[in-house]
Amino acid sequence: MTIQATHETLKAKFPDAIQDAHAPYTGLIVDRDHLVAVATALRDELGFRYLSSVTGVDYPAATDGLPPRFEAVYHFYQSEGGPLVLHVHADRENPTVPSLTPLFPSADFQEREAWDLMGIRFEGHPDLRRILLWEGYAGHPLQKGFQEVYYEADTKPFDSRWPEGAPVRAESRVPLGRNLRYPADFSMQGWCPTDDPWGYIAHDQVADLKDTAHPTDRVVLNMGPHHPSTHGVLRLLVTLEGETIKKLEPVVGFLHRCHDKIGERNTWLGNMPYTDRLDYVCSMSNNLGYAVAVEKLLDVKVPERAEYIRVIMAEFTRFINHIIDIGFTGNDLGIYFTAMLMGMEERELIVDLFERVSGSRMMCNYMRFGGVAHDMTADDVAYARQLAFERLPQAIDKVDQFFTNNEVFKQRSINVGVLPAETAIAYGCTGPLLRASGVPYDIRRAEPYSIYDSFDFDVVTRQNGDVYDRYMVRLEEMRQSVRILQQALNRLPDGPIMDGKPKGLIKVPAGEAYGRIEAPKGELGFYLVSEGGNNPYRYHVRSPSFVNLGALEEMCKGYLIADTVIILASVDITLGEVDR
Amino acid sequence: MQTGLSFLKSFGVTMRRFFESYVDDAKWFFKGGFGMRYSAEALPTRQSPTEGRGIFVVQYPKERLPLPERYRGFPMLLYDEDPAQLRCVACGMCARVCPPQCIWIERATDPETGKALRAPASFHIDIGICMSCGFCAEFCPFDAIKMDNNYEIALFQGGDAFLFDKEKLSRPTSHHAEIHPTAYAEELASKKK
Ligand code: SF4
Ligand code: SF4
Repeated sequence: MTIQATHETLKAKFPDAIQDAHAPYTGLIVDRDHLVAVATALRDELGFRYLSSVTGVDYPAATDGLPPRFEAVYHFYQSEGGPLVLHVHADRENPTVPSLTPLFPSADFQEREAWDLMGIRFEGHPDLRRILLWEGYAGHPLQKGFQEVYYEADTKPFDSRWPEGAPVRAESRVPLGRNLRYPADFSMQGWCPTDDPWGYIAHDQVADLKDTAHPTDRVVLNMGPHHPSTHGVLRLLVTLEGETIKKLEPVVGFLHRCHDKIGERNTWLGNMPYTDRLDYVCSMSNNLGYAVAVEKLLDVKVPERAEYIRVIMAEFTRFINHIIDIGFTGNDLGIYFTAMLMGMEERELIVDLFERVSGSRMMCNYMRFGGVAHDMTADDVAYARQLAFERLPQAIDKVDQFFTNNEVFKQRSINVGVLPAETAIAYGCTGPLLRASGVPYDIRRAEPYSIYDSFDFDVVTRQNGDVYDRYMVRLEEMRQSVRILQQALNRLPDGPIMDGKPKGLIKVPAGEAYGRIEAPKGELGFYLVSEGGNNPYRYHVRSPSFVNLGALEEMCKGYLIADTVIILASVDITLGEVDR
Repeated sequence: MQTGLSFLKSFGVTMRRFFESYVDDAKWFFKGGFGMRYSAEALPTRQSPTEGRGIFVVQYPKERLPLPERYRGFPMLLYDEDPAQLRCVACGMCARVCPPQCIWIERATDPETGKALRAPASFHIDIGICMSCGFCAEFCPFDAIKMDNNYEIALFQGGDAFLFDKEKLSRPTSHHAEIHPTAYAEELASKKK
């Protein structure tokens, strides 16, 4: 069913509860009290079973005839095509919206994030606590009036920089020790973190939890918050019975810097290098995702050569991500560095290419709205061809020989961390994680962006949804990436790489857009609202790692503690992107 | 069949790498004796995607990989040498596009008339904040600021030691011409037009 037809069906079904969003906004405005009914209808009757993104927007002033409000914004998808967008209004004094977590578990972490950062309460959420910030934090940073520690002005560029720019270090304006705000009645001494009640239950109380059917005591184990494996600073709270996992909760936010808030202060282009720092392994993909999203609001036509170069860079990035993740899986298994260095070696060669083309190995900052920053020279293309036609296929074979039939690897990974397809969809999993569970959902096919519709490649799926299958999906996806690379390099046309002259400061027409790409780890989405100015009004990143991590407990329950690490590796997260 | 043979095959991959690195050592030894493998001559081959075999590690700081021309280190202000004058006209473009806002420019004014001059009175970049994005160089309309390729800028002090002023940021145009030959040629060509 097309999105338009779905709108009509919904309006016929809920005549009093739904109205069209005012242009330039898209989608529907749903009455708060009917949200759950509408979402149920979407899921059960209309085929929108995947709730991709949940976020909030703050409108402190009346706009378009709508009163001051908070808005919760939802993006639903069916198996193909674009999003169905729902806006739900909540008043500013006491913003509450019914929770969709009971219907769509994928909303769990995202609603907690919206509560944490935006201050919207989701009624009926089973566990509405802060997720990225700590429980004693004062305020909700994404509200428009909130001023962060080194606040200088609402938007960049700051006037103090030119023409009378005398350098003032932010640290001298806000000396260390004064840069944390606490709630008024807060005392450090008496404070006991309430954000993980069962993590800090004293040991004698844990005994109360004892399940009489089992002879062992339950133990609460803290993994992390320093690298529990090799993926970043993450803390896992695990309740064990013997060695079996009964409950697991990822505690995240150690790398939080409120990327969204920084993004709203920045100029439009100024966000580009910041996206590099999201998933720092895949900066080219992040650039692409952001460029795709902003280009939806802008009237630009990306030249063909630039599109090809974008695809080439994005697929090299996918290759890097997958080979490194496979390497880390080995690392987490105790193979130690052998497998990882096999991956790192190929990665070095590819980031050499990135460095030649963009000027930086990891923080590429390469895409621009309407094209790319620099052209690939003939030498760069020749180098890329060496990689795509000779080196990388061999590298995949090597990984294949090393892992695929290895009995030790198989024993540790087959039937471990099984995620059934239904659960995977409900939890909003995307990327190799979802496809390994047998769901052939790939945004490059489902909602093609850039020029992906002109390439031959297969959407790789496997049926069992265990750690081994996720490895197999990644391995095969590397082959498909090489296939795309070979086609792209063979057909790379000549021509310009930018639509018009690159501009550092742009204004973006008012409107909202949700641009998403199939990043190596899954769906990377950027939700943007523009009010026509120099800066985004709302800038939200829907990161694949963050949402996929929500399904970790489902995958780990019932398995052994030693399996957690390899299951985590198979989910493939980057904490830079989880914590944002 | 779970015979354990595939396990040996995995070992084979590792062993092959192990021997390859010795073969590579031997190859360079026969070409030029000890140390040959670590010479500037061997480096491109060792690091090439098609011929590279053995260990990829570079013995930094004894060995250094050549930097590509586009490598972005930190910004530098260019001055023309004869007469010595900064190219910067204090237009403020770089300060406005800089994402972390780490550029401060004070425009010079004529002491008699009080009118703004086309030159900076002071120009500061906090290198400790600079994210090496390269926007300042990309959007400067006068080719006055470029990305240097020096990456060894660590200091023992923090804070203000990283606040670079005009003097610390200045480099002669010839330095730019040397490290960015292609870009420099393009700039000259577009100026002639
Ligand atoms: S953009 Fe160039 S000319 Fe303008 S102030 Fe910056 S360095 Fe000077
Ligand atoms: S490189 Fe980027 S961050 Fe550094 S001074 Fe230039 S614009 Fe600012």
